[in-house]
Amino acid sequence: MRAILDTKGNPKLAWAGLALVGIALLVLPFALAAMGTAWVRITNLAILFVFLALGLNIVVGFAGLLDLGYIAFYAVGAYVYALLASPHFNIHLPFWVILPIGAAVACMFGVLLGAPTLKLRGDYLAIVTLGFGEIIRIFLNNLSQPVNITNGPQGVTLIDPFRIGPFSFRDTEAFLGLAFSGPIKYYYFLLVVLLAIIVINLRLQDSRIGRAWEAIREDEVAARAMGINTRNMKLLAFAMGASFGGIAGGMFSAIQGFISPESFILLESIMVLAMVVLGGMGNVWGVIVGALLLSFAPEVLRYTVEPVQQALFGRMLVEPEVIRMLLFGFALVLMMLFRPAGLLPSATRKRELEVRR
Amino acid sequence: MDIFIQQLINGVTLGSVYAIVALGYTMVYGIIQLINFAHGEVVMIGAMVAYSVIVALAGAGAPLPPLAIVLAGALVAIPVCMAVGFTLERVAYRPLRRAPRLAPLITAIGLSIILQHLAMIVWSRNPLPYPQIVKSVSYHLTGNPNGATITNVQIAILAVSVAMMAGLMALVYKTRLGIAMRATAQNQAVAGLMGIDVNKVIALTFVIAGGLGSVAGVMVGTYYGIAHYQMGFLLGLKAFSAAVLGGIGNLAGAMLGGMLLGIIEALGAGYVGDLTNLCHFADWSEALAQRCAVDPNVVLFGSNYQDVFAFIVLILVLVFRPSGLLGERVADRA
Repeated sequence: MRAILDTKGNPKLAWAGLALVGIALLVLPFALAAMGTAWVRITNLAILFVFLALGLNIVVGFAGLLDLGYIAFYAVGAYVYALLASPHFNIHLPFWVILPIGAAVACMFGVLLGAPTLKLRGDYLAIVTLGFGEIIRIFLNNLSQPVNITNGPQGVTLIDPFRIGPFSFRDTEAFLGLAFSGPIKYYYFLLVVLLAIIVINLRLQDSRIGRAWEAIREDEVAARAMGINTRNMKLLAFAMGASFGGIAGGMFSAIQGFISPESFILLESIMVLAMVVLGGMGNVWGVIVGALLLSFAPEVLRYTVEPVQQALFGRMLVEPEVIRMLLFGFALVLMMLFRPAGLLPSATRKRELEVRR
Repeated sequence: MDIFIQQLINGVTLGSVYAIVALGYTMVYGIIQLINFAHGEVVMIGAMVAYSVIVALAGAGAPLPPLAIVLAGALVAIPVCMAVGFTLERVAYRPLRRAPRLAPLITAIGLSIILQHLAMIVWSRNPLPYPQIVKSVSYHLTGNPNGATITNVQIAILAVSVAMMAGLMALVYKTRLGIAMRATAQNQAVAGLMGIDVNKVIALTFVIAGGLGSVAGVMVGTYYGIAHYQMGFLLGLKAFSAAVLGGIGNLAGAMLGGMLLGIIEALGAGYVGDLTNLCHFADWSEALAQRCAVDPNVVLFGSNYQDVFAFIVLILVLVFRPSGLLGERVADRA
């Protein structure tokens, strides 16, 4: 990875490598579609989880604030999109209007959550954010009475897909002799957004803001002494993480076409956290790897666990879903015990997490 | 008035369970400043183990009085939960004692998921009906025949809770182990120099917390008549809120916080629907009045928001008095 990205040290190899990766990413959906459209959908969801993990990485990885209610922002973004682009209220705004609104609303919630919790220490913050995530879910579940806003546990259905004029992301179109199905179009859209988000994250990390977050993470008192406005910086981390979550939520809504509070339970928050921890807190590439690994794990498990159990015991003893959750749990514990800085650790984070053992 | 008394009794019963679970959080926090996230799961395991024992004994038609069967369930659950608590500390927390705070917190979350799903594999994905072998008997508290009552189960829960709290207080303030625990909580290094085996004391703290948790699990199971592999999560969160409300690290605070939270929750659930009934304001708007004529209960927030109260209390406490009601000022150790 490093050799490919090192455009200065070895430009020829680097550009050739980047071009290869680029072509592979462009061809990928058709290869996946050959295996079945389901795989393209799974890939799209995996990219959404990369967004989420990168957003959470800003809060946990860069600024060192443990947020256990992150999925709430995803939920807010998803519901904003669903309510503004579905027959539920009979409002059908275009997606380029709603996604920024979703990001702004999620951002507002992020500040709302961040403001009262700024003075708190890490572990209190974890609990409060966890509680916040649950509050949002309980409200989504119950805000169907007395005025029906969220449609309660049934969720919102028939959500509009992305649409630019007559060009809808849901229809299949033939172009250059290739069939561009809905999921494939979303894939390209997500790929572009992903690229933008990666660039933003990398630039952010090396910016004045990124270094301020790092300073706060390592020693808040010292950071304040160095003239960093810790309150604003922490709020900014919350706000930015939340808006990433909001955007991802909006796209989730459009791609799925249906959302309900069930999609935004605590386990999802923990799953995103597991992705960040597994990949390496604070390292953008590590987080991407972690998110992709854990997103595809359930699919791989689905195709391996069942036959293996059938062969060994003659019947299904443990469902793949349960094994996946156990895997998440063990990933969190074992990573912290043996490789606390993650699979692809960021240099400073590694020093920080391993030095005191 | 009867409704008020009834909710108060329900609240105190619930609160005493919260208090027992909160004690587990607060003891561990007091001694090593760690939020043992998996404590709720220990409570759940206690409820589940006792469930299995009770079902087995009741199903075998053992000639025992119902109370003895429940007691047997608890007696099996206690050592199991103690062992779970011990294992948690040994495997996941001890190696990380000097690591940054984020690390043990993340292992705790991981453990909590592992325990939940192991329980799901062993028992079931579905809620398990706790056998109602103890005949529920209600006693009237007021002259009103339809008024507030207290059941024998509620009385038993209160009595057991008070006994356990008293026992714990005696343990912490009267015994050598208690002195060692308090010394370790104050300063591990110095406690070690005074000849206290710090590792042993910390392990014992987890064991005691596990034992308390298991009894709480049995009480919740018998009270609500249901056990579920996810029951520990919300219960643990509420108990943690209770511990924070009372002042985390403070034993008396955990008890007070638990009781208060139980009462707040019961009264909140009992009255919030009535308080936010928009029909009180029916004369303000024509449309509202029409709706109220059809259905006199246009409730903004019903009792289905019960679970929100604990979190709101938690956030309010943390914002306005982070040290809790009885706690000392929390040093800012980031």
